[in-house]
Amino acid sequence: MYARVMERITDVAIAGVLWGFRIAVVLLVVVGSALTLGGGRHSAESWLSLIVSGAVLGSIYALIALGYTMVYGILRLINFAHGEIFMAGTFGGYFVATALSGIGFLNLNPITSIISVVLMMAGAIVVSVTLALLVERIAYRPLRNAPRLVPLISAIGASFFLQYTFRGFFGPGIYAYPTVGILDAQVPLGIEGFRVKWIDVLVIVSAVVMMAGLFLFVQRTKLGTSIRAVSEDKATAALMGIDVNRAIVMTFAIGAAMAGAAGVLYGLIFRQVYFFTGFVPGIKAFTAAVLGGIGNIPGAMLGGIFLGQVEGVGPTLFLSGLGVPSPNQLRDVIAFTMLVLVLIFRPSGILGERVAQRA
Amino acid sequence: MRNTLRWSAVLTGMLLVLAACQPASSGSPGQSTAESASAAASVDAAAVCAADEAGCVEIPSGEPLHIVFWGVLSGADSTLGEDSKRGVEIAIDDINNTLLGHDIQFSTEDGLCTPEGGNTAAQKLAADTTIAGLIGPSCTDESLGGMQTLYDAGMTTISSSATRAGLTVPDRPAEYAAFLRTAHSDYFQGRMVAEYLYNELGLKKLATVHDGSGYAKALAEVARTHFEELGGTITTGGDQAIAKTDTDMSAVLTAIAADPPDAIFFPVFIAGAGYLTDQAKDTPGLEDALLMSADGTFSPDYIKAAGPAALGHLISSPDTSKFAAGYQDFLAKHKAKYGGDPLSIFHAHAYDAATLVFAALEKVALTDADGTTFIPRTAYREALYASKDVEGLTGPLNCNASGDCGAPILAVYKVTAREVGPPVVWPPEAPIWAPEPDFYTK
Repeated sequence: MYARVMERITDVAIAGVLWGFRIAVVLLVVVGSALTLGGGRHSAESWLSLIVSGAVLGSIYALIALGYTMVYGILRLINFAHGEIFMAGTFGGYFVATALSGIGFLNLNPITSIISVVLMMAGAIVVSVTLALLVERIAYRPLRNAPRLVPLISAIGASFFLQYTFRGFFGPGIYAYPTVGILDAQVPLGIEGFRVKWIDVLVIVSAVVMMAGLFLFVQRTKLGTSIRAVSEDKATAALMGIDVNRAIVMTFAIGAAMAGAAGVLYGLIFRQVYFFTGFVPGIKAFTAAVLGGIGNIPGAMLGGIFLGQVEGVGPTLFLSGLGVPSPNQLRDVIAFTMLVLVLIFRPSGILGERVAQRA
Repeated sequence: MRNTLRWSAVLTGMLLVLAACQPASSGSPGQSTAESASAAASVDAAAVCAADEAGCVEIPSGEPLHIVFWGVLSGADSTLGEDSKRGVEIAIDDINNTLLGHDIQFSTEDGLCTPEGGNTAAQKLAADTTIAGLIGPSCTDESLGGMQTLYDAGMTTISSSATRAGLTVPDRPAEYAAFLRTAHSDYFQGRMVAEYLYNELGLKKLATVHDGSGYAKALAEVARTHFEELGGTITTGGDQAIAKTDTDMSAVLTAIAADPPDAIFFPVFIAGAGYLTDQAKDTPGLEDALLMSADGTFSPDYIKAAGPAALGHLISSPDTSKFAAGYQDFLAKHKAKYGGDPLSIFHAHAYDAATLVFAALEKVALTDADGTTFIPRTAYREALYASKDVEGLTGPLNCNASGDCGAPILAVYKVTAREVGPPVVWPPEAPIWAPEPDFYTK
């Protein structure tokens, strides 16, 4: 009797703390936002700028997050080397870009610039996909039937291996993407105090196009169907005559292609790349995948965009009104608090995890 | 049966090794003559080492004398550490790789420019009893993270580029007795920036951005405080911060643009400064703001990171044009050894730190009849603090009780089309402004 009462009290206490946490966060967000908006220090134009920068960041996170979520969906594996696949893409794009810039093709005229960006993407995708397939073949396939923790450790090892291999080849210094003139120019919107560069448009549009393409591919094509079938049940899919290895390799290739493309977009916006470039975006994209519901493709897209907005707008909106000094230093705190909240209150992510059929 | 035999063989081998080790530590009767002969000669060394609180570093005859540089050798800020490391290497070349009759063994430890990295590096250093001289670290944060460990181990380090003012103030914490530097104090750098912007350029409104590092936060604060003392104002939202891993600066820049300043001073490291410079030009309201960073960005990597936007950028840094005459020789040696110009600004300070280390080691070292050299650690520390009128590349070196050894000589540089390239050319030809000499005594 006593034990049951104690148990009940503990349950209530835990629920109370969680509710208190929930209320505190909601209060912080509501009061902070109200004070910030009421304070009127930021014009509508600056809010627009923040939203655009959040969308740009979010698009890149979403593209990387797709790789995490697809691999998780099919293998139940967090592919921690995915950030490094992205980093390899930034390097691939960089070398194509400097080569094209060196012969004067990059900024010759708008058409050559567009061709150049396409070539950079192609270069990055080739590098990323090759690397991802090698990692899959060497580090994951031999462990396919091992306990789930084993390939996870192997993934972390692969991540370090790739980072320090790149450091060995290219040194610890910074490489900077050359500027592509037409992308660095501003979109003539005619709004005073608000600017969007063509590169921002390119990032958002190409992310949307790629994600829509992926969604259609997975839903409508035969190969996409086979990927979904393997994701649901490997053994049964194999019995139905689906080549399981082919579906898994395709998944890695598609995820890596998205990461490679994201790498070029990242390089074009932020310019600087070095061997450690993949680490932070990798962690953030993983967060985005979990936020949206890991294993769920639309969830990763939504999670990426959502995380981008939280980082772009969040610190200013929630914290600056509360008088927190230099709120932007805390953007990672906000992003990861969001992750903790989702894990506590909706462990399967915003759109729900797609692993239900497996006991 | 064969297994048992093999094991007993191994066991016997181990016992033999142990037996061979024994006499060295305790002195077996069989070796007493040789032992006592050398003991008589080394009486004063043994007594000095016993009396020294932290004991001695022992360098047996024929063994190398170990000098270590620790600092940031990987990641985005690695040029800072690499540059200092080269300064030390050239200093070692200049004494023909020998000191006190030993060859010099030079090694490095990476501190990553973070408190955690500094702590890890310091623990590795403290565990290595062969280290005679220690030069570093590169960053203030590494000092903050590692100093207690070094102090506890009785070691002393001399930094060429950790500039936070608080590291060498008279009332610094006790463990900072292990820290000296040839670099300037940011007390001067921050004030100089404020004076240049306010007095020389006549700007009235300043904003600063730091990255949470011990170096940037303190330097930005000195600059803001002095700018206000001079009569300027800090804009609303003019005290901003980024995280060291941030790449998207638009939120910070938008916040600053809400009350546009005349100048933005961001004494952050290369990557962050590159992003800020590149993205500020696209932030409405900041088109005319002057951008300025500090000595941590005095590197060709900064120009690469910022791209074309670096044109016209200001950097506060030591003034190489006022260095001693020997600096030109140093540059020639640098070119011959590494095939290029220095990567950052603290190579001469590192050379000077090494010079001080060599002089202090020579002053306190004792050698016994076997040729074993003993360095009493506390005496070595005291000798470093007692360094007076040593000729350095940056000028005369005089260490004071709070650990400052170099005279601060600072200036403001401006990035011109020559440096931006392409290709990137470094360093700039000459500074555009320097404070009056009495600035440092006011």
